Amino acid sequence: MQLFLVMLVLCGAAALMASPLYSKRRAGHGLDPEEAALEAARDAKFREIRDAELDFRTGKLSREDYRAIDASLRGEAIELLRRLDAVRGKEAAA
Amino acid sequence: MTLGRACVFLALAIAPAGALASIYGARSRRREWVAVGRRSVYALAAVLTVAFAVLESAFLRSDFSFEVVATHSSLATPFFYKAAAMWSSQEGSLLLWMWLLSLWSSLVLFLTRNTLRELAPYATAVLLGFATFFGSLVVFLANPFQLLSPAPGDGTGLQPLLRHPSMMIHPPMLYSGYTLFTVPFAFAVAALITRRTDAAWIRATRRFGLAAWCFLGIGILIGARWSWSELGWGGYWAWDPVENAALMPWLAGTAFLHSFMVQEKRGLLKLWNVCLVLGAGILAILGTFLVRSGILQSIHAFGGSTLGKPFLGFIAVLVLGSVALVTSRREYLRSPEARSYSPLSRESIFLLNNVLLVGLCFVIFWGTFFPLISEAFTGNKASVGPPWFDRYTVPLAIALVFMSGLGPLMAWRKTTLAGARRSVQAPALFAIAVVVLLLVLGVPSSKPSALALFAGAAFAIGSVLQELYRGVSVRRATTSEAPPLALVSVVRRNRRRYGGYIVHVGIALLFIGVGASAAFQHIRDVRLSPGQTARIGGYDVRYLRATSSVAPEKVVLGAVLDVSKNGKHVTTLRTTRGYYPSSDPTAGPVGQYFDGDSTTEVGLKAGLRRDIWTAVQPDVGAMQKMIDGIDKRFPLAQGDTQALLLSAVAQRYVAAPPPAVFRLIVSPMVEWIWLGGIVLGLGGLIAIWPPPRARRERAPASSWSARLGRELSRA
Repeated sequence: MQLFLVMLVLCGAAALMASPLYSKRRAGHGLDPEEAALEAARDAKFREIRDAELDFRTGKLSREDYRAIDASLRGEAIELLRRLDAVRGKEAAA
Repeated sequence: MTLGRACVFLALAIAPAGALASIYGARSRRREWVAVGRRSVYALAAVLTVAFAVLESAFLRSDFSFEVVATHSSLATPFFYKAAAMWSSQEGSLLLWMWLLSLWSSLVLFLTRNTLRELAPYATAVLLGFATFFGSLVVFLANPFQLLSPAPGDGTGLQPLLRHPSMMIHPPMLYSGYTLFTVPFAFAVAALITRRTDAAWIRATRRFGLAAWCFLGIGILIGARWSWSELGWGGYWAWDPVENAALMPWLAGTAFLHSFMVQEKRGLLKLWNVCLVLGAGILAILGTFLVRSGILQSIHAFGGSTLGKPFLGFIAVLVLGSVALVTSRREYLRSPEARSYSPLSRESIFLLNNVLLVGLCFVIFWGTFFPLISEAFTGNKASVGPPWFDRYTVPLAIALVFMSGLGPLMAWRKTTLAGARRSVQAPALFAIAVVVLLLVLGVPSSKPSALALFAGAAFAIGSVLQELYRGVSVRRATTSEAPPLALVSVVRRNRRRYGGYIVHVGIALLFIGVGASAAFQHIRDVRLSPGQTARIGGYDVRYLRATSSVAPEKVVLGAVLDVSKNGKHVTTLRTTRGYYPSSDPTAGPVGQYFDGDSTTEVGLKAGLRRDIWTAVQPDVGAMQKMIDGIDKRFPLAQGDTQALLLSAVAQRYVAAPPPAVFRLIVSPMVEWIWLGGIVLGLGGLIAIWPPPRARRERAPASSWSARLGRELSRA
């Protein structure tokens, strides 16, 4: 019985590990590193824009500072979105 | 070969094979091999789950053919403690470490399977490298599946000190924290190897770092609660070096969770973050090493260990490898452009708080390892006590708690002086009011450190309350929601921010508890006979009567005490000491119970204002003559006869109780520490909870601003 269970675990583990080598489905390719970096930067930028807005509305930033910071952050965010689209476009074409 | 043993052998084969497959896949860009590496982690988790189940079932079935079961459990061990006995052993706890590592690794690799194409394979290899090291220990040095032939009829039982409900939670929580800290470590190494030092690796692992921080923090607090309610509490720093060591990765984690945000938002502190994450990972292994090696005098070190050298070798590899990797990649760790800090900005506060946290970490490292350092240089094992720790940690803690209030009040990038003054005003007034109130209520001004700590905590709580109020006001101005609904909405929309703020409240409550209990605690050791009274902290404690009982595996002697204040009854405390039999057959059927281990059940009246705590130490020596007489007359007594003799001794103790020694403690606001822990856990959970995922959208160039607005409203 023990031997049977050992063989069962052994075969199960081997099958699980080796399945990508024999599978007809292509192994998941994951995000392009550039795209991953841009997504991370985009999410952080979005958070920064919202944080700046909340900081302004809760009285931590003056209107002047907020306007300047918000405009700069939005510009940076748009640039990130452009680059993200460009990377995704390249990926789709490939 | 048994199933369990086969599984750990298989785990040791899978881990390096998977690591090699991952590296090969990454270098040759063959995705199927990367997938083999990832699935190796899943397979590792599966076989270790089987191994864990086999051993756990052996404990629950009291299968004494397993040596580890025979030496750490017994037929009389209650079922609940049989389940927890596994990780009381060296072998079982290493298996638990490895199993948890495989589970968390599987989770992170499953969640990142479609992202981080470049980083994931190297991170997989690092995680499997950890598994290979622990697998080697389990297979070659601490085999949990060692069999005994013939199997004994009964085991020696679980260490009496470990028979506490916390045994079920405290070790798994600490180990979850330690193993989760390997996840950011692995991704930091992968980021350095691949030179992808942008924020992507932080984004992928921040939540795991936060989970590690929560598990470790709550695990440490559960250990403290256990120590308070069971072990007799040696006081802060004198309690156990192993728990001090667990604080180090937690502090490093606290630091990187703050400085991560600076890198995410500003692209700054890349080098600092990588060093902190690598440091936290190494400190987590160091913490495990201290627990498992028995190198320091600790309640956690049960018996000698042969694991010291392999652990030291592994830590040396981690340290040298990390230094080499960071040095060789330093050009990729520079900030992309020269970006300055405004001194009045959140990032400046974070930087300062990082310096304080790392300073605190260093102080604890030095104090904890001083016995080893002094032995290495002088040959004498000298240790530093609580006054040494207090000299350095108290000022750092006061500064930190003020920082935890100041951080939320500052805006990112820049805060004007007028804005800062406006934000700080109300919390500062609140802190001053609290201090004045405390002085009016009679808190002595001779404890300036405690007062400063209370002021800092009040400032932190005040600043968070102000932030919540402001957030709710802003929300209500645009939605007209009712205040409770607005509060929920504003927290839900900004989970990371407000989750972090709630954690700050938890920390402030915890500091209040620590400050009050350390500065204003009363402690007395008294010897009382029934009817006598002792006075402590304004309370009269009267020894009413002795108690005793005989359980299957212990004799319990105790006392009932009445606590009153100004003649008014406050509470009745019951404290006992349990005596467990030694395995020495020459000690006699009764004497063996008083030669073995003994544990205390404290009498505790807990409350938000103060805890009244007592532990009894019965004078067994006064009954020695009687015990020796019984052992002489009935040297071979066992079973029912032995139980009868023990009952006679127990009844004699109640009928003519000798004076007993009591430790009495009146400690203010200890409960605030546990309350702070609960709030801290709640805040951590809110901050971990994932936000709704932003939908992908493409937009023509002319509508970028509109698209940004849409994506922002969804994010």
